[in-house]
Amino acid sequence: MKLRGHAHKFGKNVDTDVIIPGKYCNIVDQAELGKHALEGIDPEYTTRMKPGDIIVADRNFGCGSSREVAPIAIKGSGTSAVIAKSFARIFYRNALNIGLPIFESDEAVDRIDAGDEIEVEAASGTIRNVTKGETYAAAQFPPFMQSLVDAGGLVPYVERRLAERAKT
Amino acid sequence: MPPMGMTLTEKILARHVGLDRVVPNQIVDAKVDLVLANELSAAVAIAVMRGIKGATRVFDPNKIALVEDHFVPAKDPQSAKLAKLMKDFAKEQGIVHFFDVGRGGIEHVVLPEAGLVAPGELIVGGDSHTCTYGALGAFATGMGSTDIAAAFVLGEVWLRVPPTIKLVYDGQLGDMVYAKDLMLATVGRLGIDGATYCALEFHGSTVDALSITGRTTMANMAIEAGAKNGIFHADAKAIAYVTERTDRPFIVERADEDANYQRVIAIDVSALEPQIACPHTPDNVHPVSEVTNDVLELDQVFIGSCTNGYIEDLRVVARILDGKQIARSLRVIVNPGSQQVWMQAADEGILKTLAAAGCAVNTPGCGACFGGHMGTLGDGERCLSTTNRNYVGRMGSPKAEVYLASPATCAASALTGRITDPRAVELAGAV
Ligand code: SF4
Repeated sequence: MKLRGHAHKFGKNVDTDVIIPGKYCNIVDQAELGKHALEGIDPEYTTRMKPGDIIVADRNFGCGSSREVAPIAIKGSGTSAVIAKSFARIFYRNALNIGLPIFESDEAVDRIDAGDEIEVEAASGTIRNVTKGETYAAAQFPPFMQSLVDAGGLVPYVERRLAERAKT
Repeated sequence: MPPMGMTLTEKILARHVGLDRVVPNQIVDAKVDLVLANELSAAVAIAVMRGIKGATRVFDPNKIALVEDHFVPAKDPQSAKLAKLMKDFAKEQGIVHFFDVGRGGIEHVVLPEAGLVAPGELIVGGDSHTCTYGALGAFATGMGSTDIAAAFVLGEVWLRVPPTIKLVYDGQLGDMVYAKDLMLATVGRLGIDGATYCALEFHGSTVDALSITGRTTMANMAIEAGAKNGIFHADAKAIAYVTERTDRPFIVERADEDANYQRVIAIDVSALEPQIACPHTPDNVHPVSEVTNDVLELDQVFIGSCTNGYIEDLRVVARILDGKQIARSLRVIVNPGSQQVWMQAADEGILKTLAAAGCAVNTPGCGACFGGHMGTLGDGERCLSTTNRNYVGRMGSPKAEVYLASPATCAASALTGRITDPRAVELAGAV
């Protein structure tokens, strides 16, 4: 899977309260949530961005609450991936579970400027900066998590476990 | 080299995975003793569960706790819909531990009170402050709704075994210095991602002397340093607390003497002042003396949350406000943490003391803590709060400012209308 779009840059510690403010946490619909993605930090984000665009942020992206509506809102906005130096623990899990592509790379974050055109080869974690003609590598997922990503998130994994149990 | 011992977290995980030993970063499937959700995380989890092929029933209706707390009593029809969704699910699945308004309160206050948390247990919850239960020696961690849906049906979760950071607190806390100050100082020292993926294991004479409530306040904020869980050894106090509430058997684990810690941090608390986390991160922590120099007018003081919504907290506030009036320039909003706390506060005359001082006392629940309702901040407003987070927009407008402090500091500040050192307040009846 190739992900392609322009970069939108954010700083460190982008927390879940700014990704999707508490008042919207009673919304369940992905598209509706998507309209408010990043509203707490950049109210113009969803009007500025185009489908496929990529969020590029510094360390500890997604810190704060466990609200799964945070990665869901990002996905719902049409953002195709998040590249950051690091992710907060629960956000990382949630993103893998719901199938929002995330990548960790210090180099990519340091080199990419806002507006650069970026292409990510999801399977290998290769990040290509089309504007600058550079390539960066993202950290590999540990094997178990890669298997979750390959399976398409946590749900197929649970289905497999349930099927195994039904047999025994 | 002989194998090293295990930390408290590793011991609990090993037992729940059925292994003699686990090591940091190992990925394991662990059996859970309890799965928690609130009406927001449950709404998404239930939808996910409905989409899992082969999943019709939860793994054990006795091992799931569902608490209505974030937007209840429902603030609007959409919130009412989510509350009803969870209630209907509880009925459909025969879930015993369902807490509606009037019987519950904030999930993390309710579960220990209801005897649903015991030492050595493994608890996951669809809320980041699930780490609170480490106060009683349980391994407890927050997750998103898809993980919770998986736990609902499998009774198991996959976990990466966290490396443990050992925090050793020694010395006696000064007057008007509380567990909250200790934990704010700790988060300030570690930084908001200083413990990402790690377990925090709390030790030392200072925390041994803390009440269960004090330990709860500390474990609650482990997530504010990015930690997966925060945990205390269950001592006689913790065991007494639990056995008063349940006769379920439990296993008290201890870290091995030769456990392998990623880091050991010693903290001397004897000179610790009351602490304040300034906007807009919980690690932007300063001693109160540095913050009171600024003349910061407050618009709101909030007393409550799963960090500081306990009867002990309300007692401290009542003691400071007793017979006095809060400043005319601000409002004070109090949310007792649970129905039990509310009733106890009523019995002790605390609710009346607070109301007489000019505080608005709400029904138990999360309320203003996450900018939900019942005390949401507007543009340009400044709030001092006993809660655990102060990110931009946490309590409402992204143009508002939130400062975090102990209930004592909040009460003292309510009297003056600006951030005030509680040690400067004269108490009624004090000699
Ligand atoms: S009181 Fe605040 S921190 Fe605690 S569960 Fe409710 S919203 Fe979350």
